[in-house]
Amino acid sequence: MDTSVASFREALESLDRVQADSIFQKTLLELSPIDAVEQLVVPALEQIGSAWDAGEVALSQVYMSGRFCEELVDRTLPPSDPDRKHQPRSAIVVLSDYHDLGKRIVYSVMRASGFELFDYGRMDVDALVERTVTDQIRVLMISVLMLPSALKVREVCSRLKATGSDVRVIVGGAPFLFDRELWKEVGADAMGSSAAQAVAIVERMMGEMQ
Amino acid sequence: MTPATMTSMQRVLTTLGHQEPDRVPLFLLTTLHGAKELGMSIEHYFSSAEHVVQGQLRLLEKYRSDCVYPFFYASIETEAWGGTTIFVPDGPPLCGAPVIAQASDIETLSTPKVENSPPLQKVLTAIRLLKQQLTDTVPIIGVAISPFSLPVMQMGFHSYIELMYEQPALFDELMQRNEEFTVAWANAQLEAGATAICYFDPLSSTTSVPRERYLRTGQQVAKRTLARIKGPTATHLASGRGLSIIPDIADTGTAVIGVSAMEDLAALKNAAAGRVSLLGNLNGVEMRRWTPQMAEMEVKRAIAKAGRGGGFLLADNHGEIPWQVPQDVLLAIRDAVDRWGQYPLNWIDDWRE
Repeated sequence: MDTSVASFREALESLDRVQADSIFQKTLLELSPIDAVEQLVVPALEQIGSAWDAGEVALSQVYMSGRFCEELVDRTLPPSDPDRKHQPRSAIVVLSDYHDLGKRIVYSVMRASGFELFDYGRMDVDALVERTVTDQIRVLMISVLMLPSALKVREVCSRLKATGSDVRVIVGGAPFLFDRELWKEVGADAMGSSAAQAVAIVERMMGEMQ
Repeated sequence: MTPATMTSMQRVLTTLGHQEPDRVPLFLLTTLHGAKELGMSIEHYFSSAEHVVQGQLRLLEKYRSDCVYPFFYASIETEAWGGTTIFVPDGPPLCGAPVIAQASDIETLSTPKVENSPPLQKVLTAIRLLKQQLTDTVPIIGVAISPFSLPVMQMGFHSYIELMYEQPALFDELMQRNEEFTVAWANAQLEAGATAICYFDPLSSTTSVPRERYLRTGQQVAKRTLARIKGPTATHLASGRGLSIIPDIADTGTAVIGVSAMEDLAALKNAAAGRVSLLGNLNGVEMRRWTPQMAEMEVKRAIAKAGRGGGFLLADNHGEIPWQVPQDVLLAIRDAVDRWGQYPLNWIDDWRE
């Protein structure tokens, strides 16, 4: 499987859809759809995430590979499939600013890894707090690009806490990459430096919540 | 502090010639802070060229930066294309809805004329007024977003990535239209009195696209565009990584590269190898919570890694210092450059990180 993962990753990074699809189809001959996702797609996306962290692959490759894997997994493992992961109610949002590439990437990689989550689009603090409480969200992922938006996470966290909500907040985006202390300062529970890391954090939180 | 023996212009030109001036030039790229100086909202501040001129002159007096920076905000360029700007109280103005709603819109997109755009004319007025005040003692830095990076604001980041990979003919068409605009806009600023143009090109960084694609796209666009800009240019990657493409960027004819805090300045200086000067790379996001002592340490570190031999301008790594960075930190940076930036930099021999 290691060889297949390496070839699949290479095909994704070079945006060779035909080759990536062919490797996935071959894997499906040997494994169930959920196992193919977990043993081929998730490790490849994890490796791409680590490479992004190390500055070895670019955002355009991360975005295109995430989008392609999401399509691939949707075809074989539709959202209603009972094999999709049992998970805490989760949502993702762009807080306050208007830059949604990071959110799109994380959303695609989460779905390509077998998760389902609400996509809240772009919201300001008031609307986000209200919606999170109404939907009884347990894991909230907040993506930002601008520093003022990152600083608004503090208000989101404190207001959610004041409602008695036990939601866990994961943040991501450029300000958190440039200041590795910022996520703690704004009261988040974790920071993901790549989409794959967001997946790993949600999986860890799932374990803690059980 | 030894008194300065050069004007800012002499200092900058000397370092760009890869010689050591009297001290390391400091480009404190403050834009929004001008509104703070004048005690007005960011939106009101940018509504008038005179505000920006006053703001820049006050910032120059306070921090003694080696340039003035009459950059308003990035989306002022998309305003010329019919776009809008969203002002926020505590950060840079943001770009409104994309002017290219779908890729096919590119076929009918027409390149705006600089002379027909009141927002761009406002910037040109600010440059003219600053030129009258400063003559040739302090460099005036104009800004043009690269044709390759402009589509992030014109159509949204994800739509642009998809266009680049999936619709090469429309991508080429958009580049042609954008190149005409960027060349005209940069040259208008030079004619108004700008000394040099900061060519913002974050999409060319390896954070955004892999090197192979950059060589086929962003680099070709930059070569064509910079060749038609009638003055010196500095390519700024706006926090994006660029270590592995420094020689490739130098090949576009740029004089300076704005580099990221994510990469080691000594390695970047080594890669620049006297071919191109470096601008950077203080971490603007962290700067918000620096103490004066931390500011001094960061300035020392940057100068130790890249100061020797000239070819270096100390600045933040993004091309704009965040609104949240307090005055005390900016003053501490200024003081540290005065203390540790005097050439020759003999103290570096004993410096350990």
